[in-house]
Amino acid sequence: MLLTPEDWSAIRLSLKLASVTTVLTLAVGAPLAWWLSRGEGWWRRFCGAVVTMPLVLPPTVLGFYLLVFLGPFGPVGRLFGQLGFRLLPFTFSGLVTASVIFSLPFVVQPLQNAFEALGERPLEAAATLGAGPLDAFLTVIVPQTRPAFLTAAVMGFAHTIGEFGVVLMIGGNIPNVTRVLSMQIYVYVETIEYARAHVLAGGMVFFSVAAMLVLQILKPRREKFAQGRI
Amino acid sequence: MKKLVLLLASLLLACPAAALADEFQVAVAANFTAPSKDIAAEFEKETGHRAVLSFDSTGNFYAQIKNGAPFTLLLAADSATPAKLEEEGGAKPGSRFTYAQGALALWSAREGYVDSQGEVLKGDQFKFLAVADPKLAPYGAAAYELLDAWKLTAPLQSAQRIVTGNNIGQAFQLTESGQAELGLIAWSQVCRDGQLSRGSVWLVPADLYSPILQDAVILKSAADNAVVQAFADYLKNSPKAREIILSYGYTLP
Repeated sequence: MLLTPEDWSAIRLSLKLASVTTVLTLAVGAPLAWWLSRGEGWWRRFCGAVVTMPLVLPPTVLGFYLLVFLGPFGPVGRLFGQLGFRLLPFTFSGLVTASVIFSLPFVVQPLQNAFEALGERPLEAAATLGAGPLDAFLTVIVPQTRPAFLTAAVMGFAHTIGEFGVVLMIGGNIPNVTRVLSMQIYVYVETIEYARAHVLAGGMVFFSVAAMLVLQILKPRREKFAQGRI
Repeated sequence: MKKLVLLLASLLLACPAAALADEFQVAVAANFTAPSKDIAAEFEKETGHRAVLSFDSTGNFYAQIKNGAPFTLLLAADSATPAKLEEEGGAKPGSRFTYAQGALALWSAREGYVDSQGEVLKGDQFKFLAVADPKLAPYGAAAYELLDAWKLTAPLQSAQRIVTGNNIGQAFQLTESGQAELGLIAWSQVCRDGQLSRGSVWLVPADLYSPILQDAVILKSAADNAVVQAFADYLKNSPKAREIILSYGYTLP
């Protein structure tokens, strides 16, 4: 038996987490990237910096602050408590929340770059043809920046699968609830079951290479797009 | 409307209680992962109650418990963290006990490299010695007690022959991979069924370092939970649990 039932559970959780996170991050990140690409004011720059922050913060630091922020004594946790909601830490929803936050820069950056490269002209053209802002965004901007959306989705998905420090802190490593693939590998390394760790870690290496390969395959289209041939 | 709110509220209240009836969540210091799995399996076989185990560093667990983690029992890698939790009111008063005691070992992945007196540590043939960070890991602090006692700390440090792992797991990996010829690690990392699993080892005599106590404490949320108390008693007193703990290279107080 190559994989144990616990391994399968961890793999399922990781895939579920990455899928939900990718969809939510795109839903939040696309409008955000659009807004960031449409101006230069200091408030916009400040928001851009905050969105990028998870790239440079050590994961355990980010995890710790999220834990404090979302926990029963933090501002968000208190609000949740008063509203009678379940607290986010140590639940799957908590993992999703944390994952959306740390995957956001990986999604926002390629989209923002693509939107900036696009310039104002397509939107102006759409407006003269009578399209409203939302209509123009969905029918003109999104199709023209499709490669950037794909890059954003692959990066967001892959980064969520690979994340360890934040999800360990906010998830509590609870089997079948929050023990994702990276934590299962950690458990194997700690118990010095290197053979089992190798199977999962090798699978992850294979997955990462495959994900980056997808990006490489997408790249020529992006370049053509940048040169205005699409 | 009022009825609906009451119903929802009672559902919210009932859910955790129902989950606690047979299953309870235990926070286990990562170095005790393997023995705790065996002990939980035996406990389930005998009582039908299931301990759901989470593994992490003791420091992370402390932060999580302070922020509402759903753990009922903490098996820490030190004695300071459970004591602190008890002092701060986060644990059931008087529930703290030592469940295992760690043994320090001088180990090499190479056969026949470490002699039976640990004299190799005083020699020049090894290039690197791996230890755990003494500020973060009790085994690291114990390692430096030995080096201090043998007056090796200063010469090894000035020759830059000490490599430091963040925790005892990393110190072991540095040694296991052969990057460091020697490591001051936990005996439990290389001991299987009471025997050395591979490489060569010198068990550091217990009088050369302060005892490495691993303490457990029942957390406040489970102060009245009889099943958790039963598991704590099982861990502390049952011959089966004691046998498992010893077989993984820990000693008992």
